[in-house]
Amino acid sequence: MNKQEYVKYVEDREKKSPVIKNSILAFVSGGLVCVMGRGFADLYKSAGMGEKPSVVLASVTLVFLAGLFTGIGCFDKVSKFCGAGLLVPITGFSNAVGAPAIEARSEGFIMGVGAEIFKIAGPVILYGNLTAVAYGIIYYICKCFEG
Amino acid sequence: MGVIYFNNVYIAKAASVVGKLENEGPLGEYFDLFETDPYFSQDSWEQAESEMVQRVINLLLSKSKLKAKDIGLLLGGDLLNQCTATAFAAQSLPIPYLGLYGACSTIAEGIIIGGMFTESFKVNNAVAVASSHFCSSERQFRFPLEYGSLRAPVSQNTVTGAGAFLLQNTPAEVKLSSAVIGKVKENGITDANNMGAAMANAAVDTILRFFDETKENPCDYDIISTGDLGREGSEIAAELFAKCGLDLCGRLTDCGMLIYDYEKQDVNSGGSGCGCLACVSASLYFDKLLRREVKKILLIGTGALLSPKTVLQKLPIPSVAHLIGLERV
Repeated sequence: MNKQEYVKYVEDREKKSPVIKNSILAFVSGGLVCVMGRGFADLYKSAGMGEKPSVVLASVTLVFLAGLFTGIGCFDKVSKFCGAGLLVPITGFSNAVGAPAIEARSEGFIMGVGAEIFKIAGPVILYGNLTAVAYGIIYYICKCFEG
Repeated sequence: MGVIYFNNVYIAKAASVVGKLENEGPLGEYFDLFETDPYFSQDSWEQAESEMVQRVINLLLSKSKLKAKDIGLLLGGDLLNQCTATAFAAQSLPIPYLGLYGACSTIAEGIIIGGMFTESFKVNNAVAVASSHFCSSERQFRFPLEYGSLRAPVSQNTVTGAGAFLLQNTPAEVKLSSAVIGKVKENGITDANNMGAAMANAAVDTILRFFDETKENPCDYDIISTGDLGREGSEIAAELFAKCGLDLCGRLTDCGMLIYDYEKQDVNSGGSGCGCLACVSASLYFDKLLRREVKKILLIGTGALLSPKTVLQKLPIPSVAHLIGLERV
């Protein structure tokens, strides 16, 4: 068996992650996160806030909760079941920033927490910003033609 | 270099220390000590692993009724960068120290080199030790602990455990009989989640070299155990042996498969890490030899020689497997 054959043999016999089950769990749990967000937004609205501030505050609440549960060590246990349902929404971003920060605490606040905090979320921030810039330029050009 | 035969090296004592999950596993009763606090009362995961290494060496010394200054040589290693877990533990010991890196094959490497020193009377005794800690390894090789990533079904769980052996050149109940130093093999696997598949070739190659040269029958051995191929790697190895036409007489097993309960513990393909072979052989297998339940065993330490950087560079994972033969005298 040469290397290519071996790699193919290994890939063929490898047990794959249960995609359908994971997708359903992610769909349901991700949906629940959205329902929670909507719930918070409605709550803030009923407390007398405007539409925009209450939606922003709902996101902040979800980020806070995900950060809290990361800190007390149960986010990873729940997300093991929910998968992308918790990782793709804003909750996942909070976890991706919180988890390395907690762990880097042993190397101090500057070279530990400071340097490591965006280890996982860094690529999302960089390419998110770049995409926003690209989108902005395209939008600007389109506007020029329209005008 | 072929098979190395030892005439005058004995393993006098063995000691093991494990974490909570390993203690709750099927081999729990065999381990000497366990610790439920993953921090081992320390401030960081790296210090926790060092503390575990210190405990296992101290336990070995007290079992052997020896003082640290009576030991001729300390050989050991772990998975952390620059082998700090072992080196930091060694700094409190007045023993000449050789730090080793063979990834998860380290304990076999330590016993082979320690055996050489002992056999040639350069030292009268030597301690070989190896350790791994789930949390320090996750941190170095994968993601931060609290990060909610999903694990692939073929991935393995790093064992929190350490094992230590006392080698000497005066007779004891267990003898180090033979060894094969493995050749580094690379089989095209780049997926760091599937280390079993990456290491299976190296294990098969070393075992084939042993039986080709010695012409011994695998049925003469009671246990032929790899270190941490896990369920996935072990099944691949079994299929490769079948293809090569070597019948291992049903003796093939793997420490990474034995240490956890697949039904009750969430460990995917099984255990891995330097501590896996070290603590299982220092407990289960050494006990079986002492109780005369088995007479001859072969242990094959399997190491995947990757780093987080080589994984990101998508380089195939080189692996090595060292074999040691132990015999009840």
